[in-house]
Amino acid sequence: MPEGKLCNKKPITTEEQLHATLSDTRGVQYYREMEELDVDKDALWGTIQKTMKSRTKTWLEICAHCGMCADSCFLYLVNDKDPKQVPAYKIQSTLGEIVKRKGDVSNEFMRHCMDVAWSQCTCCNRCGMYCPHGIDMGVMFSYLRGLLYSQGFVPWELKIGSGMHRIYRAQMDVTTEDWVETCEWMAEENEDEWPGLEIPVDKEGADIMYTLNAREPKHYPEDLAEAAILFHLTGENWTVPSEGWEQTSLSMFAGDWEACKQQAETVYAAMNRLKPKRMVGTECGHAFRATMTEGPYWAGYTDGQPPVPSIHYVEWVAEVLRTGRLKIDPAKRIKEKVTLQDSCNYIRNAGLRETTREIMSYICEPGCFVEMKPNREHNFCCGGGGGFNGVGRYRPQRNEALKMKRDQILATGAKLVIAPCHNCWDAIRDLEEEYEIGIRWSFLKPLLIKMAVIPDHIEHVEW
Amino acid sequence: MYEFITGPLLWITFIIFGAGCLARVIWYIKGLDWKLDRVAYRAFPVQGMKGALRSIGYWLLPFGTHSWREQKFMTILFFVFHIGLVVTPIFLTGHIVVLAQRFGISWPTLPAVLADILTVGVIVSGILLAMRRFALPEVRIVTTAYDYLLLVITVAPFVTGLFASLHSGGDNTWLMLHILTGELMLVAIPLTKLSHFVLFFCSRGQLGADYAIKRGGMRGKPIIW
Repeated sequence: MPEGKLCNKKPITTEEQLHATLSDTRGVQYYREMEELDVDKDALWGTIQKTMKSRTKTWLEICAHCGMCADSCFLYLVNDKDPKQVPAYKIQSTLGEIVKRKGDVSNEFMRHCMDVAWSQCTCCNRCGMYCPHGIDMGVMFSYLRGLLYSQGFVPWELKIGSGMHRIYRAQMDVTTEDWVETCEWMAEENEDEWPGLEIPVDKEGADIMYTLNAREPKHYPEDLAEAAILFHLTGENWTVPSEGWEQTSLSMFAGDWEACKQQAETVYAAMNRLKPKRMVGTECGHAFRATMTEGPYWAGYTDGQPPVPSIHYVEWVAEVLRTGRLKIDPAKRIKEKVTLQDSCNYIRNAGLRETTREIMSYICEPGCFVEMKPNREHNFCCGGGGGFNGVGRYRPQRNEALKMKRDQILATGAKLVIAPCHNCWDAIRDLEEEYEIGIRWSFLKPLLIKMAVIPDHIEHVEW
Repeated sequence: MYEFITGPLLWITFIIFGAGCLARVIWYIKGLDWKLDRVAYRAFPVQGMKGALRSIGYWLLPFGTHSWREQKFMTILFFVFHIGLVVTPIFLTGHIVVLAQRFGISWPTLPAVLADILTVGVIVSGILLAMRRFALPEVRIVTTAYDYLLLVITVAPFVTGLFASLHSGGDNTWLMLHILTGELMLVAIPLTKLSHFVLFFCSRGQLGADYAIKRGGMRGKPIIW
């Protein structure tokens, strides 16, 4: 059977396809069909010839096989230094083989590549920092994921995820109506406590256009309310777009580049329509990567910049703390040992390491903040990045992977972990469920609201 | 024979080496693609160049990066090996004498003792690098026969050179072997992955530019390698 009903080379573009795939619990039929899926060898080799230029070719060719990348990879370390987890081995034995064989590979080999690409690499890009040649295997794995996706060899959840983006322009089935209603609901829900609180939709020319993660309106809309309260407290002139509000991109994890482009363009269209001074995105790492770092390239902007200056939530928080627009009540600062998770996507891959530390200096009593080791751009992945958290097929491997973060956190002695990234937040929640080390974890927003000094002109009704 | 290997063969070697290296660099740069690499090279040439030089600079410095500091044994081997490889042939008195005789140009040379130390350093570190390949599971799994072959090609001119300098009187077999192995290495540079002789700078520079332009260099703090 060349093409399966659910598992095939075509992306999900209709609700009908989406529901059929979703109803195949845990992808049982999907993965069974994958075993029969033909590899279109000509198309695979054709794509490689068109898209693999000197950077990747050189990386594959000049790898000195020195093994210095081994210790940089947390998956190698948590898997008892299994040589099969050495980054150079992982990429050479997958992408390297496909290239060497000019795309002439079997179905079985492609499934093996899928397992490696999604369960042995989170695209955290740490190995690139430890390779003398600067060979970034995370970038190559992302490229490999694109090749695998184009051939239909992609984990079930990510096929669905990228389909969601293609259909709803969101990683979950949140329609424009659902979204706008959620905004109204959250504003109403909180205006008794915060009279005058608004969530302005589609306001033109605002100072800030806020974008977020579909999980927030779908599963914990209080996050949106918290964002609104903080904008309210700081007197921001802000808005959310009715369309183009979703900043994340599961299609980036899936390697569905066309969906990535469509998703980013939806946000840029909102920028062009509402003409805000700048965009602020929520506390999410990969959303930032998809929309601010990679998105402009997918959309074809030659300067690699989104249409308006765009910042991560932590940059906005640091700014309002620095300028005194948000004041922290010294009595309410964190007085226990607390540690901070550095998200690969905006710390290592966007240079914001000092920004989050600046925030910590405002919200913690001196001496309470304990760094993980290693930290900043050298920090390890949370254990669930790059889509790893969301793929049921790889849950056992993901749970193993969490051990690195568990041990890093334990070594700090902190019981509170601040994780301003959805993926990291999830991974840390899961590691507590799995290993019960007795920690709490939090985004910044709820902590900031609890600690903020409410300005005199802002009415606050205590409940 | 001696005439041939120090005459036409030497010229052919130099041409393959020079043109080959140049072609490698040109081919690399021409193959950079802002859209596929997702790095706006052209839009930010100054930032890109700065990031590239920074990245190259830190990695050329012994113990200059986290990676070098974490793997001290490898770092020492690496630098002893590579410094010897590059410095010895360029500043060896024996080479400069020939250069002066044939072309009338010369430059300062290494004291003989230092040249010997560097040469022995290349040989010993080469052997240790080979042993490391064999001994460490994480290196063994990525090692191929080709890697050992390249080590042999690289170290051979130093072994033969050392013997040639020890047997300077009469028989010139070692000298001939030295010239041939040296030529083999030079030819192998552009044609094998010894091309990292030039491509290291390209690849290292590219990642530096990537970080400087796209991955935070223009937003937050420059990366600490």
